Amino acid sequence: MEKKKMSKTTRSNLITYGLVIACYLIVQGMIAGDMMSNLMQGLLVPLCVYVILAVSLNLTVGILGELSLGHAGFMCVGAFTSAAFSKATMESIESAGLRFFLALLIGAVCAGIFGFLIGIPVLRLKGDYLAIVTLAFGEIIKNIVNVLYVGVDSNGIHFSTKDMMALGMEPGGKVIISGAMGITGTPKASTFTIGIILILVTLFIVLNLVHSRDGRAIMAIRDNRIAAESIGINVTKYKLKAFAISAGLAGVAGVLYAHNLSTLTALPKNFGYNMSIMILVFVVLGGIGNIRGSMIAAVVLTLLPELLRGLNDYRMLLYAIVLIVMMLLNWSPKAIELRERYSLKRIFGRGKKEKEA
Amino acid sequence: MSFLSYLISGISLGSVYAIIALGYTMVYGIAKMLNFAHGDVIMVGGFVTFTCVSGMGLPPVVAVLLAVIVCTALGMVIEGVAYRPLRNAASPLAVLITAIGVSYLLQNLALLIYGANTKSFTSVIKVPALKLAGGALVITGETLVTICSGILIMICLTLFIKKTKTGQAMLAVSEDKGAAQLMGINVNRTISITFAIGSALAAIAGVLLCSAYPSLTPYTGAMPGIKAFVAAVFGGIGSIPGAFIGGIFLGILEIFGKAYISSQMADAIVFAVLIVVLVVKPTGILGKNIQEKV
Amino acid sequence: MALLEVNHLNISFGGLHAVDEFHVSIEKGQLYGLIGPNGAGKTTIFNLLTGVYKPDEGIIKLDGVDITGKKNIDINKAGIARTFQNIRLFSAMSVLDNVKAGLHNRNNYGTMTGILRLPKYFKVEKQMDEEAMRLLKVFDLDKEADYLASNLPYGKQRKLEIARALATNPKLLLLDEPAAGMNPNETEELMNTIRFVRDEFDMTILLIEHDMKLVSGICEELTVLNFGRVLAQGETSEVLHDPQVIKAYLGE
Repeated sequence: MEKKKMSKTTRSNLITYGLVIACYLIVQGMIAGDMMSNLMQGLLVPLCVYVILAVSLNLTVGILGELSLGHAGFMCVGAFTSAAFSKATMESIESAGLRFFLALLIGAVCAGIFGFLIGIPVLRLKGDYLAIVTLAFGEIIKNIVNVLYVGVDSNGIHFSTKDMMALGMEPGGKVIISGAMGITGTPKASTFTIGIILILVTLFIVLNLVHSRDGRAIMAIRDNRIAAESIGINVTKYKLKAFAISAGLAGVAGVLYAHNLSTLTALPKNFGYNMSIMILVFVVLGGIGNIRGSMIAAVVLTLLPELLRGLNDYRMLLYAIVLIVMMLLNWSPKAIELRERYSLKRIFGRGKKEKEA
Repeated sequence: MSFLSYLISGISLGSVYAIIALGYTMVYGIAKMLNFAHGDVIMVGGFVTFTCVSGMGLPPVVAVLLAVIVCTALGMVIEGVAYRPLRNAASPLAVLITAIGVSYLLQNLALLIYGANTKSFTSVIKVPALKLAGGALVITGETLVTICSGILIMICLTLFIKKTKTGQAMLAVSEDKGAAQLMGINVNRTISITFAIGSALAAIAGVLLCSAYPSLTPYTGAMPGIKAFVAAVFGGIGSIPGAFIGGIFLGILEIFGKAYISSQMADAIVFAVLIVVLVVKPTGILGKNIQEKV
Repeated sequence: MALLEVNHLNISFGGLHAVDEFHVSIEKGQLYGLIGPNGAGKTTIFNLLTGVYKPDEGIIKLDGVDITGKKNIDINKAGIARTFQNIRLFSAMSVLDNVKAGLHNRNNYGTMTGILRLPKYFKVEKQMDEEAMRLLKVFDLDKEADYLASNLPYGKQRKLEIARALATNPKLLLLDEPAAGMNPNETEELMNTIRFVRDEFDMTILLIEHDMKLVSGICEELTVLNFGRVLAQGETSEVLHDPQVIKAYLGE
């Protein structure tokens, strides 16, 4: 490894990791010093969930350049597969740490596989159509989970979409998922520390992917599909890869989310289209394609309404306005022109000269 | 008889979807954007009618008229403020995300004003029910009015586009904005009118929807909006008869899905149809093919 | 044997016979021009050669291998790279990364190697950096390596597109109106660059161009296309004096 000259991207990545670690240390210090309310402490794990979701969605929206409105669906897959696993193996696997680790792998891999399978038809579409189909898949996943009954007995695993009786289990069997009632009694294994570690892992995967051969191929497809094909880049392969990794990481967030609750149900609020939109707001506010930005946006937009009492009622309204204003300011050709004309850099006569020096 | 009555309520729901889908398809065909907030304009129409009838005691006809006026103005304002500045944005995602923002804004404004509780909507339709086969088959007045409105609106819209100058301008803009501009068509005005018509239709759909299913929340419009888009895609986006056929088909599919398969899975079935249609024939049953130029 | 051998190439769009019985034979190391009035079907031929469109009829052979109807990425792997009439760069990526994207299939490592930063990642990335910088130097773009591609001036964007195409190590380079939008000085410089590329990389080049000064200055042979058909074919000076060609260009 060359250490003489650290490249700009390496430095930027280190700042991102450092920021996460610094936040962790500050929060730990505040908890130790008894400076954090219980309410705030309860927010820490959800905050980690949102950060992971925002970073993983940015891989699809910012790096791959496709608008996905079904991200919560992948989170749902990760949450339910991992929680079902944890509940089913509560007795057979004694070590809670090992159980959580396996649940994590299962949640991530299942969500990734779903991402891959859904990606095959979805990624053939473009723009608006792709967005609406991802939304459709997200809703379908949520609907199916709501009618799914799963039980385990000595004969193996039973599935049904009717009711608990239809599982036809032996008397000693255990019901894992009971339809709209979801999963109850998932071991509460998620902690803030685990959340931070998972954020770091997510960042490590996404940032390293972006700055590698695969990342270049993915961004090349985003910037110009036809040119990417003309230089021999397999568009379908790299789109699917990015989409599946993004889904898998949403699954990780789902695992963290599921193991933070004693009862897991698939509601419109947590796994529906509204959740997907909320994640999108984080990505848009943080800057499409800006990984660190989406992380910060997730934290700020979650904490701000909590910190400013009374603002909570206006939270969603605030999100909506943020979304519209950010888009208008960042993407309207007129706004861009104005910004360039009155940019601080130009006013102070820097910018270009700096680069030439 | 139950099959027939399911079919009729399917056509009734389908007519509402069709009216919403007509607005969607016009806007998509001309502005080339997926107006996510279209469904929420339906909800606004519902709330305006609700306030006028239940709150101020105005006669239903006035209420409906007011709803149409408010929604028309709303549609034009949304287009002018939120969408027009992004029409030439570098990324087509920009305007879509903004539309999602507008949808969110409308929902949450309604939430602040009216609260999350379900409002019971008094039907504004005073047409007596039709009893057939000695009372075994009852067609409600709402159903009759909804189906008739759907057909009427489709006919009017088709005539409007074929026979009027504005309609022809819309066709021209949907084909090629640049060329239309060169021919002296005011593109901004044409798109604005399209949004006005689409939103007026949404208001009517809102009143019909709330009359048939008399419960109103800030989220009332979201799902029908998305389903109407599915209908528009199914029929081939940009096509007026396509949107109508798609709407009716989707309504029947949803009611049959609820009746014969599972009430919880009805939405999933509708979305599955969308996915199959888009994957097998992305242009819908009556749509046109467009190829990217290299 | 010719490097590129095309025979009986046909394609129609709806009722329009866009390319009608096109044929050409280009020797290795040749600088070959394809000219014709607007709408004659020149870019369509490029799209057929690179697999963007599939021909209705005809045979395309590259270096003796039949590549007719193959997918565009396979045709690139077989050895044809191109530039586009309307520049198609990866505009939000750096100049260096544009070229490194072109090296995609030449320097390989897996996804996991990239994510886990295994030693192979550092080794291959270093090779790619060196190779890309070498190419950028040829086109005098090495100082702008860190710029976003979209921030380059127009002439340099054209050059970057050629550098990216060359990065795929093609046998045949297709240039679609490389001098479009350039002033006479830039065109002059581009002519030198194209000649240099041919000599330095031992490249065979087929180019579409409207600038007659460029065409007569560097192309050894020409094909003139009109309404999708070959109007004249042969050595540049002869073709340009063909009365039929003059008529097609200047009208009656």
